[in-house]
Amino acid sequence: MILTAILVIILAAAVAPTLHRVLPALSHWLLALVPLSAACWFATLVPGVAAGVPVLETTRWAPSLGIALSFRLDGLSLLFALLICGIGAFITLYSGGYLRGHPRQGRFHLFILAFMAAMLGLVTADDLISLFVFWELTSITSFMLIGFNHEDARSRRSAIQALLVTGGGGMALLAALVLMGMASGHCTLSAIAASGVDLRAHALYPAMLVLLLLAAFTKSAQVPFHFWLPNAMDAPTPVSAYLHSATMVKAGVYLLARLNPTLGGTEPWFWALTIAGGVTALWGSAMALRSTDLKKILAYTTLMALGVLVLLIGVGSDGALKAFAGFLLAHSLYKGALFMGAGSVDHGSGTREVGDLGGLWRKMPVTGLFIALAALSMAGLPPFFGFVAKEIVYDSAFSNERYLVLAVLLLANSAMVAAAATLFLKPFLGAPTRAAAHAHEGGLALLAGPAALAGLSLLFGLWTALPQGLLAATADAVRGAPLGLELHLWHGVTPALGLSALTLALGAVLFLALAPVKSLLAGVQKVTRIDHDRAWDCLLNLVEVLARGVTGWLQNGILTRYLTLTFAGMLALLGSTLLLRGGMSWPGMTLSVGDGLGLALAVLMLAGTLGALRAGSRMAAILSLSVNGLSVALFFLLYGAPDVGITQLMVETLTAIILVLVLARLPFLPAGADRPLPAKLLHAALAIGLGACVTAIMLSILGQPLPLDLSQFFGDTSWLEAHGRNVVNVILVDFRGFDTLGEITVIAAAGLGVFALMKARKGQGNRP
Amino acid sequence: MMDSLILRTGVRILLPLMLLFSIFILWRGHHEPGGGFVGGLICAVGFALHALAFGIDAMRRVLKADPRTILGAGLLLGILSGFITVPTGEPYMTAQWVGGLGTPVLFDIGVYLVVVGGVLAMVCALMEEGGA
Repeated sequence: MILTAILVIILAAAVAPTLHRVLPALSHWLLALVPLSAACWFATLVPGVAAGVPVLETTRWAPSLGIALSFRLDGLSLLFALLICGIGAFITLYSGGYLRGHPRQGRFHLFILAFMAAMLGLVTADDLISLFVFWELTSITSFMLIGFNHEDARSRRSAIQALLVTGGGGMALLAALVLMGMASGHCTLSAIAASGVDLRAHALYPAMLVLLLLAAFTKSAQVPFHFWLPNAMDAPTPVSAYLHSATMVKAGVYLLARLNPTLGGTEPWFWALTIAGGVTALWGSAMALRSTDLKKILAYTTLMALGVLVLLIGVGSDGALKAFAGFLLAHSLYKGALFMGAGSVDHGSGTREVGDLGGLWRKMPVTGLFIALAALSMAGLPPFFGFVAKEIVYDSAFSNERYLVLAVLLLANSAMVAAAATLFLKPFLGAPTRAAAHAHEGGLALLAGPAALAGLSLLFGLWTALPQGLLAATADAVRGAPLGLELHLWHGVTPALGLSALTLALGAVLFLALAPVKSLLAGVQKVTRIDHDRAWDCLLNLVEVLARGVTGWLQNGILTRYLTLTFAGMLALLGSTLLLRGGMSWPGMTLSVGDGLGLALAVLMLAGTLGALRAGSRMAAILSLSVNGLSVALFFLLYGAPDVGITQLMVETLTAIILVLVLARLPFLPAGADRPLPAKLLHAALAIGLGACVTAIMLSILGQPLPLDLSQFFGDTSWLEAHGRNVVNVILVDFRGFDTLGEITVIAAAGLGVFALMKARKGQGNRP
Repeated sequence: MMDSLILRTGVRILLPLMLLFSIFILWRGHHEPGGGFVGGLICAVGFALHALAFGIDAMRRVLKADPRTILGAGLLLGILSGFITVPTGEPYMTAQWVGGLGTPVLFDIGVYLVVVGGVLAMVCALMEEGGA
């Protein structure tokens, strides 16, 4: 059923552009129904999963490689699945309103639904390889989404940056997963967890850990890989609201949480996660306070939240993991609402600059109300769910006596209070500005998302029993053992309550003294500043210069040189292997009268070769070589390989046709323009050497006894199992069909490549 | 384009024959020598000869579809034929047979189309490069 949910969303993505063309005004409503119904289906699973029974589902995929499409829903996966589908439904709706009239709106729906399916697969995958595939799919679909406004050079740059950073992390993830599979001997996450193999004691643990952290930190934008996330905010607002707050950037956090029971709890784990998380949280807070663009403020507070989540996993105590579950939900709800609200403000007033906004309350009261509710949850005020989550976060840090962690959390949360106030107070209650004069309320599609998410922030705060079961199951899954999470709006007078009060006071101070705080932060950052974007560009330039150098040396555009290098390389490798490994042997050969036809063909081939060497024009050389090729085809026919013979014949014909087409474009060889003698000698030596080498190999192979078990197997099973008598073809399309699939993909790529190259030479705007 | 009466007359007769023959080769491939790859090559050679005799535009008119479309359709067919196993729960690309027809035949048709599309895409690109 999980697979069905993913496939249905993919199907919705596939029909989205067509649906949008047919029903432009209704498409987003219809498409939103798909993730919404998936969310409802996932919601029905909550009681079972909360009772501690995960849902397992396996489809065989490539059993010969040990790869299965297996899915597993425990608390953590289910919480993510609900967020992805639930918020996804509102985002689909919202983007319909936000991009109304945009010429590529249908394509946007396609991308965002495809991303949703990938993300859903990622958080439910149990098989290591499926996990990796879905992880990569999220990187690729997010590349499409960030670069959606591809006319804009900055969007393109941000998209490529995000793709390269998260794609690099994906490579690290693949290596980490392969190592984990090798070390444990299992290929699903649940089997590794259940096997009792302690990966933490394995010799490869450091390598696994480093690779895994690379993957998680790049995806979740932890310092020092954080720079792509603020740039990615060039994407349309629905993308920022969905990918960069609720879902994709939390994929790294998900991975860490998922692997916490198997890899977590060690000293290196603790230090790596707490330091990266803490620094990210503080840096995000500082940048959020400095920013004046609504979306940038939200982007940086998201960095802060990601840092806190990583920090909590790193601390890893029971309390911290409970806090992780609570804060994860709280943040997704209010941040999604705020992003969509900020997008509506931008949409309605035409600007996102806090300085240009003011007095929107009278023009956009409904949007304002939802932003206010979400901002209150973000500031952590009762009775919102943000408050409940913050209380358990503080409680966990306090009860563990980790005071440095506590200080980081306190600072970050105060900054969050100030940011929440900045988001709402000035734009909505400040003195009216020019931008506010023509501001207007968005439609129902734009309001539904903020309303639902802000409403849930309030509802969950008032009725903590509602999310408690799922969050308890989430915390249990991250720990790998039951924790017994309980949520309360009122804890009584505890240290956490005192810390909350302190946070509010500190936040108020930060907000009121925003100007001096900003200049102070600017001063600090001038000293500690590293221009990540500049460094990134330098790195890319370096790679490009290197690649250009190597390519320029190896591929200078002179075909003769390519062939010389290729043949010289072949000769060196083949010849040295043959000589060093002592593979030479001489078979006992006898010539019989029956070989007369074969001898005649051999003479014909020699004649063809000589003709090609002595040819005065290219055309004559090609025709001489064709004699060679056709003789080879006849050889195959003669010695019982008709399939190969026919293919060789057709390839020979096509080669002749294509060469004729190419030759028609080349200038005639000018008379007397011959190569200099040294080049001629080199080419001759190469040709004779390689020919001799291959001949020696063929003769040596003939000297070996022919292993017949494969032909025996194919001969025996071809008719019985594959219902075909032509063994060659049965191997191609059935026994080894997967190889053939790869080969036809190569043919397709080659065909399109030649087409594109020739068209590119012709110049732009000249499409057939 | 080659302005040769012999080639033109020959191609007029050869093209339909080669098409039929290529499909025959594709069809018999499962039991006798042949198959999608060779069949596709024969078909592509037929069209390439037509293009040589009558020019690329005439060939496109006879072919009806763009070579790239044929190529894509073939690849899609090849990939999709492996998914027929999904309801049975068997691994991807496990052959399914109903009477004399099976998914490998579908896959072979995909190979045929990819070869035709790929070769003709190259031929078109090369001929249009000089011809236009």
